[in-house]
Amino acid sequence: MASEAKKAIIEPLVSNNPIALQILGICSALAVTTQLSVALIMCLALTAVTAFSNLSISLIRNHIPSSIRIIVQMTIIASLVIVVDQVLKAYAYETSKTLAVFVGLIITNCIVMGRAEAYAMKNGPWNSFLDGIGNGLGYSLILIVVATVRELFGSGTLLGYTILQPVSEGGWYQPNGLMLLAPSAFIIIGLAIWVIRALYPEQVEQPDFEMQNAHQVPAGSHGGAH
Amino acid sequence: MDLVSLAVKAVFIENLALSFFLGMCTFLAVSKKIKTALGLGFAVFVVLTITVPVNNLIYQNVLQEGALAWAGLPNVDLSFLGLISYIGVIAALVQILEMFLDRFVPALYNALGIFLPLITVNCAILGASLFMVERDYTFTQSVVYGASSGVGWALAIVALAGIREKLKYSDVPDGLEGLGITFITVGLMALGFLAFSGIQL
Repeated sequence: MASEAKKAIIEPLVSNNPIALQILGICSALAVTTQLSVALIMCLALTAVTAFSNLSISLIRNHIPSSIRIIVQMTIIASLVIVVDQVLKAYAYETSKTLAVFVGLIITNCIVMGRAEAYAMKNGPWNSFLDGIGNGLGYSLILIVVATVRELFGSGTLLGYTILQPVSEGGWYQPNGLMLLAPSAFIIIGLAIWVIRALYPEQVEQPDFEMQNAHQVPAGSHGGAH
Repeated sequence: MDLVSLAVKAVFIENLALSFFLGMCTFLAVSKKIKTALGLGFAVFVVLTITVPVNNLIYQNVLQEGALAWAGLPNVDLSFLGLISYIGVIAALVQILEMFLDRFVPALYNALGIFLPLITVNCAILGASLFMVERDYTFTQSVVYGASSGVGWALAIVALAGIREKLKYSDVPDGLEGLGITFITVGLMALGFLAFSGIQL
């Protein structure tokens, strides 16, 4: 079972990444990536919720009637998120202000629900716990990459420390304001997916239509403008 | 006039999908065809229009600090129970709506089909309720906000579906095929919607 546990934690990192391949949990993720420190807190919160919701759902999986399982899962997840929200308000008040509604939105984060439904309902508590951590880390990986790029190029800092001295403070770097706006996050994730799929060609999706070279078109079907 | 400005803001400037990234999972998964996108967009619009005001009533009359004064408990602050109540309300309302449509408007029920249950876990719905609480909207404002943010979300997903219907004919690099190019397209759309941010009413 050791290999199963290892698989549960390693696979979601790159080869089965929840964001890049399973299209889960993009919802609340992108808005929190303008600063690396905020993104890190968000990653911690999400990993904790996923791991413990997987654990508790897996523990009672044989007692949940399947017709009301969604409500049961929802209640467990919502309670965990409330705990996380209260902890953040108590110990990291400033960050919880910045995260605002996005902590609450962990409830509807499809990673949490998705893993509970797809993994925890079928596997033992320990493996489910590891699967939760693994998927949380896979999510964190993308979030950290996006946040690093956005904070570094958007304001020239990392975790609040100045790396690229901006022009406004007498340095040379002209901050790229676009990086702090919503569109850049989409584009960075799109490019990150490209990188992952270039490394793992088996993840490439098949196009709906096959491209044909012009000269393969039967003769006479197009004009003679060459 | 305030309400008009609120509506324009919710539809264009603070579009739930394109500037707050809410409801992204379904946004990307169900935007391959205009027809299904329209169905989902309409379902989201209906559910948002109902749930935001209902959650507003619950927040103002039960959860808010001092809201239980009518029950003789002026010092009780239940706002920490917010998350679980909102999601409960949303899940219950979606269920009721589903049964209601099944019984009285079967045509619409069949058209919406699988989208209705999906909506419970759509973050746009919960997100709108949370924004409503955070911004302290009154009941009227919450009705306008719920409806117009639903319109904004529907607009965004139909526009994306339109682009993707054309996009499938184009020659995209292998690694970008599908999800990758969709993300970049959404990024460009969000850039377009940024143009609205200068509008003041």
